[in-house]
Amino acid sequence: MSFYKLGDDIADTTAPDVPIEQRWDKRRFDAKLVNPANRRRHSVIVVGTGLAGGAAGATLAEQGYHVIQFCYQDSPRRAHSIAAQGGINAAKNYRNDGDSVYRLFYDTVKGGDFRSRESNVYRLAQTSTQIIDQCVAQGVPFAREYGGLLDTRSFGGVQVARTFYARGQTGQQLLIGAYQALSRQIDAGGVEMHARTEMLDLIVIDGRARGIVARDLITGEISTYLADAVVLATGGYGNVFYLSTNAKNSNASAIWRAHRRGAYFANPCYTQIHPTCIPRSGDHQSKLTLMSESLRNDGRIWVPKNPGDTRSPDQIPEADRDYYLERIYPGFGNLVPRDIASRAAKNQCDLGRGVGPGGLGVYLDFADAIKRMGEPAVREKYGNLFEMYDRITGEDPYKVPMRIYPAIHYTMGGLWVDYDLQSTIPGCFVVGEANFSDHGANRLGASALMQGLADGYFVLPPMLGNYIASTKLDKVDASHPEVTATVAEATGRLDRLLSINGERTVDSFHRELGEILWNECGMARTEDGLRKALGRLPELREEFWRSVKVPGSGANINQSLERANRVSDFLELGELLCVDALHREESCGGHFRVESQTPDGEARRDDDRFAYAAAWEFGGTGGAPILHREPLEFDYVHLAQRNYA
Amino acid sequence: MKLTLRIWRQAGPAEPGRMVAYEVPDANPDMSFLELLDVLNERLTLEGEDPVTFDHDCREGICGSCGVVINGQAHGPRALTTTCQLHVRSFSDGDVIDIEPWRSVAFGVLKDLMVDRSGLDRIIQAGGYISAPTGSAPEAHSTPVPKPIADTAFDNATCIGCGACVAACPNGSAMLFTSAKVAHLNSLPQGAPERASRVLNLVEAMDAEGFGGCTNTGECTNACPKGIPMDSIATLNREYLRASLGRK
Repeated sequence: MSFYKLGDDIADTTAPDVPIEQRWDKRRFDAKLVNPANRRRHSVIVVGTGLAGGAAGATLAEQGYHVIQFCYQDSPRRAHSIAAQGGINAAKNYRNDGDSVYRLFYDTVKGGDFRSRESNVYRLAQTSTQIIDQCVAQGVPFAREYGGLLDTRSFGGVQVARTFYARGQTGQQLLIGAYQALSRQIDAGGVEMHARTEMLDLIVIDGRARGIVARDLITGEISTYLADAVVLATGGYGNVFYLSTNAKNSNASAIWRAHRRGAYFANPCYTQIHPTCIPRSGDHQSKLTLMSESLRNDGRIWVPKNPGDTRSPDQIPEADRDYYLERIYPGFGNLVPRDIASRAAKNQCDLGRGVGPGGLGVYLDFADAIKRMGEPAVREKYGNLFEMYDRITGEDPYKVPMRIYPAIHYTMGGLWVDYDLQSTIPGCFVVGEANFSDHGANRLGASALMQGLADGYFVLPPMLGNYIASTKLDKVDASHPEVTATVAEATGRLDRLLSINGERTVDSFHRELGEILWNECGMARTEDGLRKALGRLPELREEFWRSVKVPGSGANINQSLERANRVSDFLELGELLCVDALHREESCGGHFRVESQTPDGEARRDDDRFAYAAAWEFGGTGGAPILHREPLEFDYVHLAQRNYA
Repeated sequence: MKLTLRIWRQAGPAEPGRMVAYEVPDANPDMSFLELLDVLNERLTLEGEDPVTFDHDCREGICGSCGVVINGQAHGPRALTTTCQLHVRSFSDGDVIDIEPWRSVAFGVLKDLMVDRSGLDRIIQAGGYISAPTGSAPEAHSTPVPKPIADTAFDNATCIGCGACVAACPNGSAMLFTSAKVAHLNSLPQGAPERASRVLNLVEAMDAEGFGGCTNTGECTNACPKGIPMDSIATLNREYLRASLGRK
């Protein structure tokens, strides 16, 4: 195989070899502690202020470390965690419906299609209950019952009601909680906050992460920041597809720069396509908007039975409708996991039964829910989502069924980390969506918020302390040759982007990249398609560096330059995404290889060949990446083909 | 649709600014307002002109990054709608649309339509939180919160910190923003211990940032994309009075 090289296997060596219930306790007990009086002498860089980064920054500062934190937005409150709608899972079992830490663990491993690491997932489930306590104490206004206790609901892929929520704005409320905790530490002097400042590169000295190069997005000034450790909390890479539900400026540059400096990138082909997004309306589309999948609790998904049926939905009688999820998956119905719901929608549209512009949509209908619960109850539960839909499409979902279509939403892949959340670069820790740790090949609904906060509040802080306590670091300053070399490289790259002055805009390249990836590496992937993409992507990358047009200078606000720098990294990441998808000749979770499916068209895993996490080492721009396999062992949840029928 | 956009162009904080007119002959009613600016910017870039700078991120009305004054109204003509959620279908073929940055003493223009709203962050830093260090929380169900109180807290907590209230206020006051945080946290039992210091510190920070006083004109609540009500300002005033009189 010429498109990649095979390297040595890799293993997590930090999870203790004790029964899974005891691992996290044992790891924390074995971890070295930093004397509280000494902590202020240690500084930690945290890049990103979403749930994982905000929680980590606040917690580390509370513990006494000096935190230097960054976000590209004008305020830490704007990180994209804020847009998460549905909820956050926790094994509280307040419903007495049979939930437990073990069941949340089991559901997450199974939902991830057996491609995650059991130790990490178990710890996530254990930590989940503490998160709810923490957030309630911060004043996060979760939905409550009339008795004053917390309300929960069920979510895709599970049969217990363990999802805590705050109307359709759970991410916002949790992020504001973390932001307020962070603000308290900023005021107390524990966090030195740099908003509107974007990381350009990671500084690695003697094999350890010691700082970052960052650009002030207002003045254009490029500066170095040095510390004892660097935490990347910079989110996922969904915007590699151009159209996704990510915020417009969400980007992969921080993790990609770390990857180029030696951090392995794991499972890039595990991308999640969210089944319930608002379909695109035209070529001007700049991003896609998600409607929380909590809508699938009460909405029913259907398409006209007859291909090409152009009647308006209210004119289509029951007999001519196909509630295909309820038909194919009677056990879970409309609540099947995201990947299954997405692919089913694509299949219906491929059969010509899609609705709306271009036939790229299916109905999500609340008529029955309104009949059953009454409009006020539906409004109470989903009001803000319905309003959002109305604002975007100009249609009222209380009267007309919503149209939905799948869109890229979340990336399970990310930088490889061990049980301590440390990447293959010592001192570089990765938290939240930016790492690959907990969701395997598919993430269950309401688990992203859980993972971000678990990492930030509870998992990272003791492991970072262990690193600092057990590592002797030499003092470094900005005159160190590695520092000046990294600065020169970052500056040179921006200068080069500005000097090309070609004839194509940054967005036109980004759109083309996204189209290639969506067509060849989206909901269904084939060997031919991926090889085609891998032929075109290097050409596109070269064309970008030859003919991109970036106006203005680097000495002040220049949003085109910011985008160009991000897109240049997406172009490289896109290639790795396709390499990973091509090498994984099985279907699992969000990765569907057309060649590997059951007779019913479901994903077919190949556990004999692919029960491993694929950790990729950078092989040079345009060079063949090097694969390091982490074999996955399932001692607790036994490997089985997922079956949601 | 053909639209004429008259946009505030200003190269930097110390530079003079002016309105510049641009034609967009190919606007589509299904475009969002920011996509309309994207289309213009793609053209300006290819023509060698400086594209228009504006803050934006999530483009789904929740991050609070975007916000411009459209025809004199913060976030434009549609109620309860951020700039990113406003669509071109709210306008008519041939319209001339004025687009300006938030105007307020406390929000300096950085470039074109981008302003500095860091004053809002400093208000929160002064006490817009509940002190609950990680790990110190009691079991979540140990303190039931009556649903109406939880709902009030939530309604106020939906503030996205966009600054439209300040931009819409003739006094440039940040009272609605500040009061939303006071009403969110002071109404909850978890927020009770810091109830008095919180309101006093927030109001002090608000004044120190140069935001104007409140004269109950109500433009703020009309402009607020999240519908934070005027009641919140009454709550703030009550909390402030109570704290000033030293009542527990």
